Amino acid sequence: MPLHLEIVTSDATVFSGEVDMVTVPGAGGVMGILPRHAPVLSTLKPGELTVKVGGDELQFAIGGGFVDINNSKVIILADSAERSEDIDVSRAETARLRAEELLKNPPPNKEELFKLENALKRSQVRLHVAGHRRRGNRI
Amino acid sequence: MATAREIRRRIKSVKNIRQITKAAQAVSASRVRRAVDQASATRPYTQRARELLASIASIAGGETRHALLTSRDSVRNIYVVLISSDRGLCGAFNTNVSRMAFGFGREQTAAVSYIAVGRKGLNFLYRRGAKVIADFSGLPQKPSLLDTTAITRTVVDAFLEGKADEVHLVFTDYVSPAVQRPVVKKLLPLATAELLPEGHNASGPKPAYDFEPDPAQILDTLLPRLTEMQLYQAILESLASEHSARMVAMKNATDNASELITSLTLNYNKARQAGITNELLDIAGGAEALRQALKAKAS
Repeated sequence: MPLHLEIVTSDATVFSGEVDMVTVPGAGGVMGILPRHAPVLSTLKPGELTVKVGGDELQFAIGGGFVDINNSKVIILADSAERSEDIDVSRAETARLRAEELLKNPPPNKEELFKLENALKRSQVRLHVAGHRRRGNRI
Repeated sequence: MATAREIRRRIKSVKNIRQITKAAQAVSASRVRRAVDQASATRPYTQRARELLASIASIAGGETRHALLTSRDSVRNIYVVLISSDRGLCGAFNTNVSRMAFGFGREQTAAVSYIAVGRKGLNFLYRRGAKVIADFSGLPQKPSLLDTTAITRTVVDAFLEGKADEVHLVFTDYVSPAVQRPVVKKLLPLATAELLPEGHNASGPKPAYDFEPDPAQILDTLLPRLTEMQLYQAILESLASEHSARMVAMKNATDNASELITSLTLNYNKARQAGITNELLDIAGGAEALRQALKAKAS
């Protein structure tokens, strides 16, 4: 029984298909999902999402969201999701530097701070996931 | 009757106008397609998010009494978000949606404040002397979700702080290329009955869901996002409608120009013919007079 995975963002369906295993950055820690997983509804943190299908492994950088696991169907509602191949490394790098710069004088507003930390986290995740691809290519 | 030269000048200027309206029509046609594509791309997310909300509502039941879902007993202040366009030349598009918003506002017994998205709607409200508390005109041609978050933040904050007891959206729904309908839609409080997908049965067998961290916190992140998506989608629908309306307006203008050119060309030919006839009469008359004179001399 395969696992049906769908990754949806606000402006596109990024991935839809049958897979063998998904690893997601859940709110309570990284979760590995196999077929027949118990139903779970969880928020996601910005992080790396790994999909195993056949012998292949796909990496996505996702920027927070939700996951709905039910009946061997995994639906991921992501704020942003990019295949490792599609990540613009230089853009992520500038975003990271900018966020770090802004965080040196943390804004008094709690929500603003939260947003900034999220932006930093997202850029870090992008760079991390893109890093996998570079290492992968070298081998 | 105008002289042939004047008519020729008018034909030339009408032809120039036709060229411009034709170009505008083509531009709008391509923008409609892009806006419709963008609007349909957001649909899966909204659909899934609603299903997610339905699962939470059906399982957690009483725990879903979230502030954004709760309607208030006494509604004293209403916010109306009017989504129109920044630019004109699109027929009755802006008038229709603005009238709808203003009419809706007048029917209410509660105090109504308007938030304008789009300059044309804003000007309409100002002319009518309505109370406008915020203006978010000047959205980019291809707005992203991030461009609209400021609007959502404003209304959600106002709702949570109690400044607004209800928030309504007034926008133009893109039904088909020929039909765009202005509609009023309640944005806040989120109506659960409306949000839940068709045929959803809350009393059916409930899967034993695990919530992480817990239903309340998931709702805390899910509901603002859903609100944001609804507003974003309304803006995209309105954008598609605007371009579609402009395309139709420009097509009518092009057709009218063609018709005008036909009738002007007819007039021009008539004037030209009249000129030629007059000249011929002059020549014939002149020749006849000359012959008479010669005849008189000879006799």
